[in-house]
Amino acid sequence: MGVIDLAWWQLALAAMMVVALAGCTVLARLEMGRSLLVAAARTVIQLSLVGLVLEALFSSARLYWVALMALGMLLIAGREVMARQKRRLIGGWAFGIGTLAMFLSSFTVTVLTLTVIIGPDPWYRPQYAIPLLGMMLGNTMTGVALALDRLTDTAWRQRAVIENRLMLGQGWQEAIGDIRREAMRSGMMPMINAMAAAGVVSLPGMMTGQMLAGSSPALAVKYQILVMFTITLGTGFGTLAAVAAGSRRLFDGRERLRLDRLSPPR
Amino acid sequence: MPANDALHLDRLRIGDLDAVSLTLAPGEILCLSGTSGSGKSRLLRAVADLEPHDGEAWLGGTAQSSVAGHQWRARVMLVPAESHWWADTVGEHLADARPADLVALGFTPEVLDWQVSRLSSGEQQRLALVRALSREPSALLLDEPTANLDDATTRRVESWLKARIRERGWPVIWVAHDPAQIARVADHHRHIVGHRLVKEVGEWA
Repeated sequence: MGVIDLAWWQLALAAMMVVALAGCTVLARLEMGRSLLVAAARTVIQLSLVGLVLEALFSSARLYWVALMALGMLLIAGREVMARQKRRLIGGWAFGIGTLAMFLSSFTVTVLTLTVIIGPDPWYRPQYAIPLLGMMLGNTMTGVALALDRLTDTAWRQRAVIENRLMLGQGWQEAIGDIRREAMRSGMMPMINAMAAAGVVSLPGMMTGQMLAGSSPALAVKYQILVMFTITLGTGFGTLAAVAAGSRRLFDGRERLRLDRLSPPR
Repeated sequence: MPANDALHLDRLRIGDLDAVSLTLAPGEILCLSGTSGSGKSRLLRAVADLEPHDGEAWLGGTAQSSVAGHQWRARVMLVPAESHWWADTVGEHLADARPADLVALGFTPEVLDWQVSRLSSGEQQRLALVRALSREPSALLLDEPTANLDDATTRRVESWLKARIRERGWPVIWVAHDPAQIARVADHHRHIVGHRLVKEVGEWA
């Protein structure tokens, strides 16, 4: 079964309906028309550009181009993690910890999945590598950003409790243990919820896309399970690394709580 | 078993205070007074190594910088003016409390089952002292330990603390405001004037 081609004028019909929606919100004085249109325009521009890049990448399929693309995605994700934190570690640590955690988990799990499980030839074949890495990074980014934000914000608000625990002779890991658990939980919760709801409440986007492109549901389901597991692995290990490094950075070598290493909230 | 280690501050410097050097023999109580904002609490935080500072503190032959932070703080224990609690019940914070200590401060052992959220500020302050002492420190830093207590309870806490300090031989730095309390408990008294700790001499000296 082939894929039904989609012409630009057909997309324009969908776009006109979005414009109509924006018009309705303006008429109802909901003040959402502008942000809706800007977001819709960004979708068109960003996706068209990435489409061009991917077309070029798929046709050349050199390892260094794939690696460069992956690096670019990683750096943008690292910037996003930093931007989503209310009180971030200063001195480049917010970007560094987030990016390194995502690099270690997303890249390792993606490469393992490509080489050991899926096994395309060559293993870095961009049709597999880039979408897989994109899904990994997108979800790991959310987990790492949520966890780091929760960690630093809670440590700030509970500084007196943490210091009182230090005064009683507790080590830094014990003194911040509850907060670390909470941060880990908030980083992992979206993925656990997604796995619990998959197929019952929502049909995952990737599976839907594969079936639209002509795959049999059985194969699409297998890919979806694989992707969900790898995303969970990436998010879990990434969050784990970020929480471990981030909480260590909140204390100095003398196990003192150093909230002067956090920036004021924006 | 008495601890019998002296507490020695060697040119300890934090904030606006000039470097502080002093030695406290086991069982001695030094009262520290001064206007609010003069740096009393920060000095205690430096002795407990909770803030970066210059100089060194010694407990017996152990230098502050020679042991890990949590080991030092487990021996040189700071009890802050306002205590904080992290678990739901009192008992989760003081598993090893001596029943005699609870009774001496006017509690029954059932207090261990109480919810922390139900405690008054005075109860919190007394239980924070029991909590610190139950961890078997070797020296005590008390930041206004009777600030939230009425007169009768203050006397009760004072005499209990003095008895425990003498019994265990802890060197103690005790931040206090009330001259009458200082007269009752202090072996030595320093008052912060400007950037310096000035020796005060009274009838107890």
